[in-house]
Amino acid sequence: MTLDTVKHANETPDVDQPWAELGLKQDEYERIRAILGRRPTGAELAMYSVMWSEHCSYKSSKVHLRQFGEKAPKNDALLVGIGENAGVVDVGQGYAVTFKVESHNHPSYIEPYQGAATGVGGIVRDILAMGARPVAVMDPLRFGAADHPDTKRVLPGVVAGIGGYGNCLGLPNIGGEVVFDSCYQGNPLVNALCVGVMKHEDIHLAKASGAGNKVILYGARTGGDGIGGVSVLASETFDDSKPTKRPAVQVGDPFQEKLLIECTLEIFREDLVDGIQDLGGAGLSCATSELASAGSGGMRVELDRVHLRDATLSPEEILMSESQERMCAIVEPGKVDRFLEICEKWDVIATVIGEVTDGERLEIFWHGEQIVDVPPRTVAHEGPVYERPYARPDWQDALQADDANKLARPETPEELRAQVLKVISSPNQASKSWITGQYDRFVQGNTVLAQPEDSGMVRVDEDTNLGVAVATDGNGRYAKLDPYAGAQLALAESYRNVAATGARPLAISNCLNFGSPEDPAVMWQFAEATRGLADGCLALGTPVTGGNVSLYNQTGETAIHPTPVVAVLGVIDDVNRRTPMAFSDEGHLLYLLGDTKEELGGSAWSQVIHDHLGGLPPAVDLDREKLLGEILISASRDGMVDAAHDLSDGGLIQALVESCLRGGKGARIVVPDGVDPFVLLFSESAGRAIVAVPRSEELRFTDMCGARGLPATRIGVVDGEEIDVQGQFSLPLAELRAAHEATIPALLA
Amino acid sequence: MTPRPSPTTTRCGGPSGRSNIRVGVITFPGTLDDRDTQRAVRIAGLEAVPLWHRDKDLKQVDAVVLPGGFSYGDYLRAGAISRFSPVMETVIEQAKGGMPVLGICNGFQVLTETHLLPGAMLRNNHLHFICRDQKLRVENANTAWTADYEAGQEISVPLKNIDGRYVADERTLDELEAEGRVAFRYLDGNPNGSLRDIAGITNAAGNVVGLMPHPEHAVEPLVGTGRTDGLGFFTSLLKKLVNA
Repeated sequence: MTLDTVKHANETPDVDQPWAELGLKQDEYERIRAILGRRPTGAELAMYSVMWSEHCSYKSSKVHLRQFGEKAPKNDALLVGIGENAGVVDVGQGYAVTFKVESHNHPSYIEPYQGAATGVGGIVRDILAMGARPVAVMDPLRFGAADHPDTKRVLPGVVAGIGGYGNCLGLPNIGGEVVFDSCYQGNPLVNALCVGVMKHEDIHLAKASGAGNKVILYGARTGGDGIGGVSVLASETFDDSKPTKRPAVQVGDPFQEKLLIECTLEIFREDLVDGIQDLGGAGLSCATSELASAGSGGMRVELDRVHLRDATLSPEEILMSESQERMCAIVEPGKVDRFLEICEKWDVIATVIGEVTDGERLEIFWHGEQIVDVPPRTVAHEGPVYERPYARPDWQDALQADDANKLARPETPEELRAQVLKVISSPNQASKSWITGQYDRFVQGNTVLAQPEDSGMVRVDEDTNLGVAVATDGNGRYAKLDPYAGAQLALAESYRNVAATGARPLAISNCLNFGSPEDPAVMWQFAEATRGLADGCLALGTPVTGGNVSLYNQTGETAIHPTPVVAVLGVIDDVNRRTPMAFSDEGHLLYLLGDTKEELGGSAWSQVIHDHLGGLPPAVDLDREKLLGEILISASRDGMVDAAHDLSDGGLIQALVESCLRGGKGARIVVPDGVDPFVLLFSESAGRAIVAVPRSEELRFTDMCGARGLPATRIGVVDGEEIDVQGQFSLPLAELRAAHEATIPALLA
Repeated sequence: MTPRPSPTTTRCGGPSGRSNIRVGVITFPGTLDDRDTQRAVRIAGLEAVPLWHRDKDLKQVDAVVLPGGFSYGDYLRAGAISRFSPVMETVIEQAKGGMPVLGICNGFQVLTETHLLPGAMLRNNHLHFICRDQKLRVENANTAWTADYEAGQEISVPLKNIDGRYVADERTLDELEAEGRVAFRYLDGNPNGSLRDIAGITNAAGNVVGLMPHPEHAVEPLVGTGRTDGLGFFTSLLKKLVNA
């Protein structure tokens, strides 16, 4: 086959090109021709097809995501905002923290182990590319029904992949979520978060500037894996009638990534790079076009210099390959030798593949012949933007009218007791330690809190005990009932989880998992959720630093529940002051903070007992969330509480069971006069937490709550070896533990 | 060796204050717990000296720790490639001369590959990675790394591995038992199918010790499991090297 050079493309305008197979639409192909003033070469077509994919270009979501910038609260802590590999936040003492959550949903369904493993690898490189040492990871996961046979294929593979890759990198896994719902059958959500720490002056950006500077590709050799991962795999709906897309899934090598991390950090320490970008989705197409587009000048690349695993790869395949564990750096000529020396020290292959030019084009050559000549911005940053039609689905009213508060409730204390056991042992509410026990949470020696605590917390500075906390939350059931409120509830829960451990929430990242944007109902969910999240972030003062959109999470006509996952990052000045969730001392008083209303829509109780989803989700009151957060942070700082646990899915009883089992202590609960014990235990009203207050601090604590206007109701005391809801039932801890901990191993081990 | 108090005390000054004992911590490609181990050494009041796998020079350290991780990605077999690193030539030679050597997790796997310690580690019997707080009994408190414990003392330190199942032939196991060379045994449930609940062993001289659990992750009350049961491994050196 003859090489499709720029010259050849000029001479053969009428050649049929495989734009449709590469995932492009007719009008997009026409636009590429218009930009170039000729037909694209095969290599150019490959680049545009991956970079203009939904996954890379955000073409359907962009118009909605703009709100995160437009409505951003003023926040001096934000050092780098949306648009870079990850946002960066000032946490004080000269430290900056970067964090981001991303999806690897489609690959993880096709090939669970490698899909999940490379999801971890990709987000870690994003964090590394900002100049930071990665210090922790988290994985929000969603699977089909727990007892569905395919869940038994997907989940163990995903968990082993996350562990196999993350454990081998030496990154503590400090939190995340595991949720089961039949809506994720065939479309599991595998989101991955990474947190990194650096000094302010170490922040690096993805840009290529300075004519004559060298472009160095380093890390793993380029292979034939992951070709079209972002276009034909991540940006289309699954369809049983087509051949399997396994070759579009990348294969990871965590050992190579560990070397890449240490090598890159040493390169940063010696200040050897001008700009840097990791290679993830869309591989070299993305790295070269984004670096050139963000910098000044153009770029010239000799593609035949790229080290290959397979010498038969075509230039198009090399440009599209998503082989893992690769980075691309822009280095001044005088620093190239030292750069290559450090790579050699770490046994990392590095190759100068090109240089920054003073032109305006991205030019790529293959054995001396030009195969790409494009304006880089048109590839990287000026892709198509769609105003997709959206409309509130016609079933939304009926869904909201199907009120969960009217479902049959337990009529006797015995029935209430039985339902408590059933809910806390259901797959979603049961202990996930069988899963999280397969992740290393201790490595690096800075883990202060890890799952099942409300947020993961790591120490940043050994001398000052500065620390950061991160929590991720999402509730697709709430978002299905009301996407605007659902997104705010995810934000509120994550915010509350960070505050419950004593950290001050600073900023958020998000992973927006939805169905096909070509369905107006899904697009409406997306529009509502982004609007809700942007409004919520403005109200709470926590800007969005970046994130990821995953669309096409649907099989045929059936979309997943809209599932915005929100990660909140917080800072704590002294990790000694952290508040754990465990009730550890008898006699401590239990205070329920916030108001409990009759709110069962989307609740765990309605799902487990009635297999029901309908009505409205709990009401959102962000001013209340903020106040609750302030109280929890003050209480932590001043040592007024011994334990705190947020209330969310499963309500008060879920929180009590978790805190009691964690500390190995029981609780005696007195239902306040006039309160329905069922509502007290199972309602999922937002803006609530339970705290254990030492008697010596009671007055100080209640005075503080009273002065600031936060309802605090004394509902019991830490005591004994059972949860005793007086006048109703009692449940021995041993029975609770057996019920809570046996479910997941029984289903999956 | 004579103990000499350091002129400056640092934040990491350990229970016995600072000593001039130098403990080398080797970094292989893929080592993960090297920085944690260096921190544990400092907290114990000793000096941590980073060692690089390509260097034969041990920089005149008094003892060496092979930390945990996945050296060379555990490719071929855990520890199998690291065993041939230049640094290991010197470590093997000096270990035979009596220098204290501790192998933690992957480091233990490397030590069995060098035959400084007998036996081997296979994949856990349940086939999963396992990360948990693990109770152990110190069976031999006479080694260079356990002198600060009492024989029979129970300690808890984190365990985290996928290839942690200790195996050896019956004769070797009998020998280890007879000579008191089983240094640590798992309590409250064998986590991985290790024969005779063995968590760690020592050589006959007591200077080379290997174990799968991670004492370096149990040296500060603030992080990890909140226990400091692992600190004794490093303070034991003070006792052994200073009193020797």
